[in-house]
Amino acid sequence: MRTANPRTIVIWTLVALIGAAGWTVLALSRGEEVSAAWMVAAALGTYAIAYRFYAKFIAYKVLKVDRTRATPAERLNNGIDFHPTDRRVLLGHHFAAIAGAGPLVGPVLAAQMGYLPGTIWIIAGVVFAGAVQDMVVLFFSTRRDGRSLGQMAREEIGPFGGAAALVATFVIMIILLGVLALVIVNALAQSPWGTFSIAMTIPIALLMGFYLRVLRPGRVAEVSLIGVALLLLALVAGRWVAESSWADTFTLAPSTLVVWMVAYGFIASILPVWMLLAPRDYLSTFMKIGTIFLLALGVVVALPTLKMDAVTDFASRGDGPVFAGSLFPFVFITIACGALSGFHALISSGTTPKMIQKETQVRMIGYGSMLMESSVAVMALVAASIIDPGLYFAMNAPAGVIGDTVQNASQVVGSWGYQISPEALARAAENVEEASLLSRTGGAPTLAIGVSEIFSQVTGDGLRAFWYHFAIMFEALFILTALDAGTRVGRFMLQDMLGNVHRPFKNVSWKPGLVITSAIVCGLWGYFLWVGVHEPLGGINQLFPIFGISNQLLAAVALAVCTTLLVKSGRLKWAWITGVPLVWDATVTLTASYQKVFSSDPKVGFFKQRQVFQDAIDRGEVLPPAKSMDDMHTVVTNSTVDGVLTAVLALLIVVVIADATRVCVRHVRRPALSTLSEAPYVESKIIAPAGLFPTKEEKEEERLAVASASSESPASAP
Amino acid sequence: MLRSVRWYVRELTDESAYDRYVAHVRHGHPDAEVPSRRDFERMRTDRQEADPRQGFRCC
Repeated sequence: MRTANPRTIVIWTLVALIGAAGWTVLALSRGEEVSAAWMVAAALGTYAIAYRFYAKFIAYKVLKVDRTRATPAERLNNGIDFHPTDRRVLLGHHFAAIAGAGPLVGPVLAAQMGYLPGTIWIIAGVVFAGAVQDMVVLFFSTRRDGRSLGQMAREEIGPFGGAAALVATFVIMIILLGVLALVIVNALAQSPWGTFSIAMTIPIALLMGFYLRVLRPGRVAEVSLIGVALLLLALVAGRWVAESSWADTFTLAPSTLVVWMVAYGFIASILPVWMLLAPRDYLSTFMKIGTIFLLALGVVVALPTLKMDAVTDFASRGDGPVFAGSLFPFVFITIACGALSGFHALISSGTTPKMIQKETQVRMIGYGSMLMESSVAVMALVAASIIDPGLYFAMNAPAGVIGDTVQNASQVVGSWGYQISPEALARAAENVEEASLLSRTGGAPTLAIGVSEIFSQVTGDGLRAFWYHFAIMFEALFILTALDAGTRVGRFMLQDMLGNVHRPFKNVSWKPGLVITSAIVCGLWGYFLWVGVHEPLGGINQLFPIFGISNQLLAAVALAVCTTLLVKSGRLKWAWITGVPLVWDATVTLTASYQKVFSSDPKVGFFKQRQVFQDAIDRGEVLPPAKSMDDMHTVVTNSTVDGVLTAVLALLIVVVIADATRVCVRHVRRPALSTLSEAPYVESKIIAPAGLFPTKEEKEEERLAVASASSESPASAP
Repeated sequence: MLRSVRWYVRELTDESAYDRYVAHVRHGHPDAEVPSRRDFERMRTDRQEADPRQGFRCC
């Protein structure tokens, strides 16, 4: 064991002080202007300490990562999907795979409760739950040749829990796709600029696909550069279109966009991967990494002032317009991906473990990437908190609540204690060249306003509208990619399930099966999208909590698998590492599910809502925000579907957790009954550092290895 | 500096996948048949086609 030298102690004390100073200012300031710099300080200080101490403790004391043990990438190297990948490259791959719209949208919506609850959960959640989950799943999957979460659940917990996990994953995927699509519809509706530039991504991707397939196979970097250049051109051209006579063609109503979106999802998912999905993916990865980097730079350079309250009254009253329910449990549900995301477990078990060079790198790849994702969530929260709170609420409250004129909206938002004049609301829309910003729910438009605010503080006001649409394009791009990729994954699961009933479905390239299952998957998420767009109570308001609950429930499955594995692999003493986050996550999420199903507040409880509206229908009344009897029936149907869905999801997860607990208890009582499907030990021949920067010992080890093996094979990387 | 940026971009975009595969095949079987780049890239997208969980992106 290395003893700490004085310099190290001084450095880490300073880091701790910076983090503590950030937290102190955030916690103590009320009613004064707080700079976003303190939020950044609190976040980065905490991440550094957590990575250095907690993650290291988990890696070496709990998981006991073994640098002499060969990973699947080394043992099963086939030069394609299994191959040892440089840790810095894999960090990029893994981060690009886990980062998406979730961490950008969730914190924006959670800002309704003020910036403080969100900040605390994003940072504490990632340190103790999210990053731990990602790292532990990555570790166990690496020990199992890159088995998927579902396979691990089946093998380690049992066929019953495994099947429940599989069905839950499928349902969660459908809800995810529906909600993400809804976010985009809300951002693009009535916006010719946005709609045109997003539509242009399709021909651009087709061109790139053709280039890579026919002209110059595999030249990804150059084709991505061409693609990004064309994308920026499409963005600039969007403004010309919006000002030309074509504007009407691209000014689409939400319901029209739904049809286009579902049609796109279906066609894209049955086209070959090379045509649309692969090139789109290159484009969105480029834009994703580039924009996140620019945003981080913008936040640090501009250091904007937070205008939102630290904690709003909605946190305790639970009657917020963005989503209903009180701080506990709903802030945790809403933030979702930036703090703890079940979906990451699907990446950490699957692609990444097949490429990791060394077990010791799980800390950097698993924990480190998730810290980066969390910092993206912090930036999204900053972006939502620096815009005028009056504008924030006018943008995020459903039209049924604030009406569709700026006068009305100004009045309603004013009654909540946030003053904004009708002129200011109209001007905000004009500044970004949109017809209106009222009820642009879903988080993406709000984030885009925040981003355009930050960027125009750096580049000047002239580019504000451009940055707004840049941010919309950036989100829409990878949400559309996710629709395509997600539909394929959902289809794959469905083919597998249907294959048990009708054999040919198992063959994934059987064309009729492919088309049928694609249509079913698109139909299912299309249904939620349709419902969301036509929901009188506000689609995001109704559906986002279900999305948050489902994502957190998937995290509960992942954490249950991790805890079971810790127990079964003789790490009972350390099972709290994932056990405590599991208990917390299950408590939060099941409480939220319970409230969503049984609450007697019609704003929160789906069945109470159904009852209130059904009683009104029986009396022949129309309750606001519904405008007609049709609306009333829509509300009743939707609340029933939403309530049943929430209950089913919660039940599935309770089954998984109960089954996992049974296996754990059995193992503790009679260890001989358990089986552990770990790949046998093979000695590793690869020498590679564990962290981003090699230590002195690692450099020495590498030097010696190169010297002794120089005749065998050339070094792979500079 | 420029070399390492180029290396990183090629690795991150998987442009280096073909070179890596050729090196891998040659390493085990020095005189084995190596597919052309075109065929190799086709094989890669076909694999993704068959199992879409490969390279899946998150929310």
